[in-house]
Amino acid sequence: MTEIVPATDPSFLDYAPAPESTSILHLKDSYGLFINGAFVPGHGTPFASISPATETHIAEIATATPADVDAAVAAARKAYQKTWSRLSGSDRGKYLFRIARLIQERARELAVAETLDNGKPIKESRDVDVPLVAAWFFYYAGWADKLDHAGLGANPQALGVAAQIIPWNFPLLMLAWKIAPALAAGNTVVLKPAETTSLTALLFAEIVQQAELPDGVVNIVTGAGETGAALVRHPDVNKVAFTGSTAVGREIAKAVAGTGKKVTLELGGKAANIVFDDAPIDQAIEGIVNGIFFNQGHVCCAGSRLLVQENIHDEVVDRLKARLATLRLGDPLDKNTDIGAINSREQLDRIRELSNVGEAEGAERWTAPCVIPETGFWFAPTIFDNVSTSSRIAREEIFGPVLSVLTFRTPAEAIAKANNTPYGLSAGIWSDKGSKILAVADKLRAGVIWANTFNRFDPASPFGGFKESGYGREGGRQGLAAYLRAAPTPTPPSPKVRISPYSERRKPGSPRTLTNGVAE
Amino acid sequence: MESPVSSHTVSSAAADAAVVLAPAERAVRILGGELTERSLRLHLEGLSGVDAVGLEQRAEALGTRSIKTTSKAWALDKIIGLIDLTTLEGADTPGKVRSLVAKGLTPDPSDPTTPRVAAVCVYGDMVPDAVAALGVAHGDPDDGMVSVAAVATAFPSGRASLRVKLADTADAVAAGADEIDMVIDRGAFLAGRYGQVFEQIVAVKEACRREDGSSASLKVILETGELNTYDNVRRASWLAILAGGDFIKTSTGKVAPAATLPVTLLMLEVVRDWNRLTGERIGVKPAGGIRTSKDAIKYLVTVAETVGEQWLQPHLFRFGASSLLNDVLLQRQKLTTGRYSGPDYVTLD
Repeated sequence: MTEIVPATDPSFLDYAPAPESTSILHLKDSYGLFINGAFVPGHGTPFASISPATETHIAEIATATPADVDAAVAAARKAYQKTWSRLSGSDRGKYLFRIARLIQERARELAVAETLDNGKPIKESRDVDVPLVAAWFFYYAGWADKLDHAGLGANPQALGVAAQIIPWNFPLLMLAWKIAPALAAGNTVVLKPAETTSLTALLFAEIVQQAELPDGVVNIVTGAGETGAALVRHPDVNKVAFTGSTAVGREIAKAVAGTGKKVTLELGGKAANIVFDDAPIDQAIEGIVNGIFFNQGHVCCAGSRLLVQENIHDEVVDRLKARLATLRLGDPLDKNTDIGAINSREQLDRIRELSNVGEAEGAERWTAPCVIPETGFWFAPTIFDNVSTSSRIAREEIFGPVLSVLTFRTPAEAIAKANNTPYGLSAGIWSDKGSKILAVADKLRAGVIWANTFNRFDPASPFGGFKESGYGREGGRQGLAAYLRAAPTPTPPSPKVRISPYSERRKPGSPRTLTNGVAE
Repeated sequence: MESPVSSHTVSSAAADAAVVLAPAERAVRILGGELTERSLRLHLEGLSGVDAVGLEQRAEALGTRSIKTTSKAWALDKIIGLIDLTTLEGADTPGKVRSLVAKGLTPDPSDPTTPRVAAVCVYGDMVPDAVAALGVAHGDPDDGMVSVAAVATAFPSGRASLRVKLADTADAVAAGADEIDMVIDRGAFLAGRYGQVFEQIVAVKEACRREDGSSASLKVILETGELNTYDNVRRASWLAILAGGDFIKTSTGKVAPAATLPVTLLMLEVVRDWNRLTGERIGVKPAGGIRTSKDAIKYLVTVAETVGEQWLQPHLFRFGASSLLNDVLLQRQKLTTGRYSGPDYVTLD
């Protein structure tokens, strides 16, 4: 029988628990669908949302059937025609500013809900996700009355009803990326959150009510893949925006082909984080950590392939391991937690499977020493060293806290290896030499390239991919233009009446009678 | 047309490069062979750069650690035990020093469990007063005693001849100082005369030697507020360690900005790298500008997560501070009694 004897001098680094209180959060037992400004029951079989850190039940969520989706699209269509498209840009902006302020007011509550439902550390939902959500609404609120400058000429038109499907890795932030530009441009939306993370979208629905947004402008339908499919295929949808896996993205592209629906797809990634030997080394280590272990690696633009110059490989890997040993894995609600829970058992199984493949293919596996909690879904930060470019863990998106380390010798080789992937969402470059950064960035085929930093987001900066990482851009002016079309070209005046060059100029408002006696 | 002055400068610079420097043990071990201005310069200029944005982000992230309950109680006591309680005023008197010492020995008269500070830090001429006031309590903080630290080498500007700086140091050591806080010649450093800075540190280190062969501990003040860039701070940190410094210290407290968390983090990273390279442990002392418990706890977190918890001991980490102590005492009283008191419940000095 062993008894745990408390150490006489406990380690300072075992910081005492500092849990964020959940008392601010008042959840309902079950949530319906948000259609036409009100919560209504769904007609499918409801499902439970659980906390991935403890596997405990959080709330029951409705499933939207095709009929429910139809009702949501109809509500969005009606709102588009009756109110939203008729409001002035500055009035739409006022609503968006109001939503942004409400998000800031309820920031702590939203952060707690996100962490509870998603498993990400509270320090990330509190310091990254929710502040960016507010920033996104503020940014696009400012665009609402300036659409003439979106790059499509004067008086661009909204598309109509937007169907938006978002993933589980940044539930509320992805909602903001989708809804804020759509509303600013004058569209109405039907949004489907991922089935494992519906909670913050439903809290957002409450904020929409609080902001007194006209009914039907924002509709939220919950459910699994079938709900999403029904939404994408709905004939009265004008725009489809999707963030998620490349496989589902392909299905969506097929489903909307030939329908005239405008599409934006933000899909997977396998980003190269390139570290040159003249990099600011301590900051590069931090950037590698932030690149792949931020949000447990559940980031489509994660720097999952570390390309390190061969002459500093050993030093970088040693320093990286020492740094990873200080990461704290555990209760996501604890303010000192660095690595939270994996979002679902399904995702955990996939990470495990690919990691085992990596090991079987001969890569050297190293796992950070940390205690894994007994319940919930967890995966310790892991590095695979000596990974060959042909290995599956160097090619496939793992979407977890797993880093593959590869080496290169010259900038040309680094560029070639970085581009040698079917994806092209993001990339990172670490060097103290500005000219080298610019020269390399110029040759990388990736939508976002970070230099001496990683995973930094700003609403003013467009984000999106090359190749299998999708098409279209979100964020910035480009993200706004994705929800607009140019004004129809004015038809040339009818040539049946010729105006004499000697005739008197017609004053505005004067009768359309011409001096040569020919009435129009 | 080339002026005679510039041609002279060029030739003398070239000659300088080959000048053999004092064979400081660490520098010879790391740089190898004959130590010259050139080999020192090549080493310092070859150090990896520092990305300011990234460094500051990391410091900010460390600053968000939430230290509560038992960890906070431990941290507050630890902070007190790491303080160099300081008075460095032109108006210092023996009376002021006696009262500083009394405060250092019994920081909180209402709570005898309050630990003592690590050291009192005074000008060289006040060392005899500090030693006398400490009496039997004068000694190693590891043994529960309080040390005497003296600033020397024409503190705070360092603008004096080497002869004067050495005499300043030797005087303080002879009067019983256990630790010497010297300043580097920032002018020479910024002019690129690394060898000159190096030689001065080596010489001051030598002047710290006592007759019995033991030596006062040497803290080298970089005055990071005058070095201005993080790259300079990294170079100066390496320089001070190579020349034999036992501690590297941020600031005199007379120049703004004094200690900042990013600068201290950077110096801790150098100390960590030196430890990886040689196994030796160098101390770090942020000084000036740390006034609240909350800030001081951020430093403890930064030390523990950068070089390791074993650095949280008086021979490896110090706070140079004066008003910090009272804020820690207020926080400590709050933890004990559950309510906040006020400035009238802690002694002035």
